[in-house]
Amino acid sequence: MKYLSDAEVHTLEQKANEIRQSIIEMLVEAGSGHTAGPLGMADIFTLLYFEVMRHDPKNPDWDDRDRFVLSNGHICPGLYATLAHAGYFPVEELLTLRKFGSRLQGHPHRTSLPGIETSSGPLGSGLSQAVGMALAERMENPYSSKYIYCVTGDGELDEGQIWEAAMLAGKEKLHNLIVIVDRNGIQIDGYTKNVMPLEPLREKLEAFNFDVQEVDGHNIRSVNDAIGKAQGVYSQPSIIIAHTIPSKGVDVFERDFRWHGNPPGKGPEDRVSHEDQGKVALQKLRSLAGSIEPADIA
Amino acid sequence: MLANHLQPNLLQEEPEMVPSRNGYGDGLKEAGEKNRNIVALSADLTESTRTHIFAEAFPERFIQVGIAEQNMASVASGMAAMGKIPFVASYAMFSPGRSWEQVRTTIAYNDSNVKIIGAHAGVSVGPDGATHQALEDIALMRVIPNMVVIAPCDVHEARRATLAAAEYNGPVYIRVGREKTPVVTTVGSSFAIGKAEIFMKRNEAHNKKVGIIVTGTLVHNALVAAAELNEKGIGASVMNMATIKPLDTEALEKFAAEHDVLVTVEEHQVAGGLGGAVSEHLSEVAPIRIVKVGVHDQFGQSGTMDELNAHYGMDVPAILKAVDKALA
Repeated sequence: MKYLSDAEVHTLEQKANEIRQSIIEMLVEAGSGHTAGPLGMADIFTLLYFEVMRHDPKNPDWDDRDRFVLSNGHICPGLYATLAHAGYFPVEELLTLRKFGSRLQGHPHRTSLPGIETSSGPLGSGLSQAVGMALAERMENPYSSKYIYCVTGDGELDEGQIWEAAMLAGKEKLHNLIVIVDRNGIQIDGYTKNVMPLEPLREKLEAFNFDVQEVDGHNIRSVNDAIGKAQGVYSQPSIIIAHTIPSKGVDVFERDFRWHGNPPGKGPEDRVSHEDQGKVALQKLRSLAGSIEPADIA
Repeated sequence: MLANHLQPNLLQEEPEMVPSRNGYGDGLKEAGEKNRNIVALSADLTESTRTHIFAEAFPERFIQVGIAEQNMASVASGMAAMGKIPFVASYAMFSPGRSWEQVRTTIAYNDSNVKIIGAHAGVSVGPDGATHQALEDIALMRVIPNMVVIAPCDVHEARRATLAAAEYNGPVYIRVGREKTPVVTTVGSSFAIGKAEIFMKRNEAHNKKVGIIVTGTLVHNALVAAAELNEKGIGASVMNMATIKPLDTEALEKFAAEHDVLVTVEEHQVAGGLGGAVSEHLSEVAPIRIVKVGVHDQFGQSGTMDELNAHYGMDVPAILKAVDKALA
C-alpha cells in the first residue's frame, strides 16, 4: 500500500474528470448505453489503473499483471475510457463504442479488445470468474503477490450466482481477491431498496466470511487506503462497499435511476432537454476540471 | 463386417457391461498425470461423476464448489484465464443444463479452455426419472459457437475423448451415461475429435443399402440391428459419430452417397441432436431420406434402461422398424 500525496490525489482527480468527459462523448456518439454507472465509477477506475494495479498497457498479456474483472459489464464505457487513457488503445477509438465492427462492443468481449480480461454483461458471473482466477493463482504460487480485483454493481447482487461465488471465496479464504461493490443504490427499474432490498449488506457479506469495508467511492484517498488494507488481509477475501453517486460529476443527472441505461440525448428531460444533455454534461465536467485545486486539503 | 478394432466376438457373445462415465474418471486421472495444469471441479457429485479418481490422486488440483453449477462454470472460466485446464463434471441436466448461459458467455464466448462433462445423460439413468434425464444437452451445446460436442460410445471411447479434450485448446462438451452399457471398442481403438468411424460395413451382396449413424452408448443396439439386417437381405452399415460438433461432413457425405437411406440413432431428442445435425448438413448438400431414432418431443420417466429404451423407441426392434420405414 502506498500513501497518496495531495499532488497525486489531484492528478488522479484530473484524470477521472478527463475520463468522465470521454464517457459522455462516447455515449453521445453511440446513441445508446449506460451513463450513471460509468460516471459513478470513474474515480475508482482511475485509481485502479493509474495507481493501484500492476499492469502494462503496452504488454496487456504480461503474465505478472494484476487481474481486473468487470462483473457488471454494462458500465464498460467507464472501463473502455480508462483503458484508452491508460494507453491500451487510442483515445479516438472510444468514439466507435457500440458501432458495427468496433472492438468496443456494447458489452465487453475478451478477445476483441486488449486489456479486457473477460466477457461480461449477463450479471453475476464476473465474481465467479474472479474467484476462479484467485484460486488458480494461489494453486500455482501460494506466495504470489498478484491481486485479482473485481467490480460488481449493487443491483447485480440480486443474482444468486454472486452468493454461490461468495460462499466459495469464503470457504477457500481467498486473500488475493479484492471485490469492490459499486453501491450507487440504483438499477434499471428503480432504487435498489425498492426493487430488491440489499441491506443489511455489510452483515450479509461478513456472514459469507468476507472482510468488509465501506468507503466514499469518490474520495480517492479513502478508496486507496481501503484497497491497501484489503491487500493486507491474509485469511479472507475482501469486499469494499464503495458508496457512489450515480452519474457523479454531472449534477443534473446525479442520483436519478433513470440515467442507469440511457445516454445523454435520451435521458429524462425534467432538468435538461434531450438536445442539450450532452453539451450540458461536458460543460459541467470542464468547469469542474478547472476548479479541482491541487492543494484542496482540509 | 465388423471393424477390426472393436471387441472380438462382439456380436456372438454377451458384451461386457461398464458405465461410460468410468472412462471419464480414468481418462481425467491419466490426463492429470501428463499435464499439471489440469484441474477438476465438482458440484457435490464427485464420486458419481467419477471425478473422485482424480481428486484422490491430485487433491491440490481438485475444487469442491458445492451444489452450484452456475458458479462452477464461471469459476472454471476464471481458472482457464490463468492457464489452468479445468474439467467440470456434474449431471448433464444440471451442467450444462442449469448453467447454459454461464457456459455460453463465460466459457464459449470467452473461448475458454474449459471441458464440461455431462454425466447421467439420457433416459438410461433410469429410476431417477425425467428431472434427471438430460435429453436436450447435445442440442443446447451444439448451438453455441466454439463448442465441441462429443458423445462417446463406451467406456474406452470416453477415456480417449477425455484425453483428446485435454489436448485440445478450447471448450469441449462430453456426455457420458450412468448405467452399465456394452463395451464396444478396445483400449487400443483410435479416437480423434471430429472423426467419424465406420463400425460395420454392409453386406455388399444385398441390393438395399441402409446407413445407420449412431452416437453415444446406443451403438451396440445399432450394431445388433445392422447384423440382423445384413443376414436378412438388407445391406446395413454403422457409422459411429462420436463427435457431433464439428460434424465429420466429409465422412458423412461419403456415407450418404454409399447408401439409399439413412437412420440416425441417439439417446436424445431427435430435434437438435444427432438427427438434427445430420439432416441439417445433408439437406443442403446431398438430400437423402433420413429416419430418426431417439426421443420425439417427450420427457422421460422412471424405469429401467431397457424398459425406457423400448418405450421411447431406441432398442433393437425400434431401429429395425425405423429401417423399414426408411426403405418403404
